[in-house]
Amino acid sequence: MRFPEIENNLKKFRVGIAGAGGLGSNCAASLARTGVGTLVIADFDKVEPLNLSRQYYFIDQVGMLKTIALKENLLHIRPEINIVTHQVKLNRGNIPLLFAGCDVIVEAFDAADMKEMLIETVQMELPGIPVVVGSGMAGWGNTEALRFREIDKTLYVCGDELSEASDDSPALAPRVGIVANMQANTVVEILMRKV
Amino acid sequence: MKIILNNREEEFGREAMTINEMLILKKYSFRMRIIKVNGELIPREKYDSTIIQDGDKIQMLYLMSGG
Repeated sequence: MRFPEIENNLKKFRVGIAGAGGLGSNCAASLARTGVGTLVIADFDKVEPLNLSRQYYFIDQVGMLKTIALKENLLHIRPEINIVTHQVKLNRGNIPLLFAGCDVIVEAFDAADMKEMLIETVQMELPGIPVVVGSGMAGWGNTEALRFREIDKTLYVCGDELSEASDDSPALAPRVGIVANMQANTVVEILMRKV
Repeated sequence: MKIILNNREEEFGREAMTINEMLILKKYSFRMRIIKVNGELIPREKYDSTIIQDGDKIQMLYLMSGG
């Protein structure tokens, strides 16, 4: 299949991005380049200088809301993409409303308890919408441990499921970028199956 | 009883157990996780009341901070 045809197939889909940090911003950039039509991005945070170590933002965007900054960057990549932004902290109450109608949802949080909350909420309140999870990507090297698992047709996980990020073992651009792109790759696979 | 845990057969010397009992027997210590029993997600508050029986298929996913 040639790229124009791939793009044409992907433009009718809508993908939710829960969190616009290292996973969400890099995954969104990859999905925008590949031709996904609509991205629904939710985050409440602002860009901080330290975020530039792994997130898809630039120095002149420090202080901006991540949703606004990411929208700006995605439109620089692909002006025809449709971006829906929600400046909110996601919770069990608003997730079903904000992500209803998405074809796939990307779990792109930093904190493990938020990851658990999002997966539980989508699986129970939005049954049938696949969730693509990122879990385990702190540190560097150990590329062979980063893996993909299809748990079932509604739950996929990318990462090593082992390396927990902390102040002494932060998540860094290379492994976060790999996992974000594994998530994007999984999204494209799920969407192309529906074509 | 035999169950399928993350696609691998595991044997336990008992007839049935709750999810919490299985987590203790397997010495699983990670705090954040998702557990599905026969394809159904079991929320954390049901770990003590959900019984796992012979032949059940359990999928467990560990959630690590970072992203």
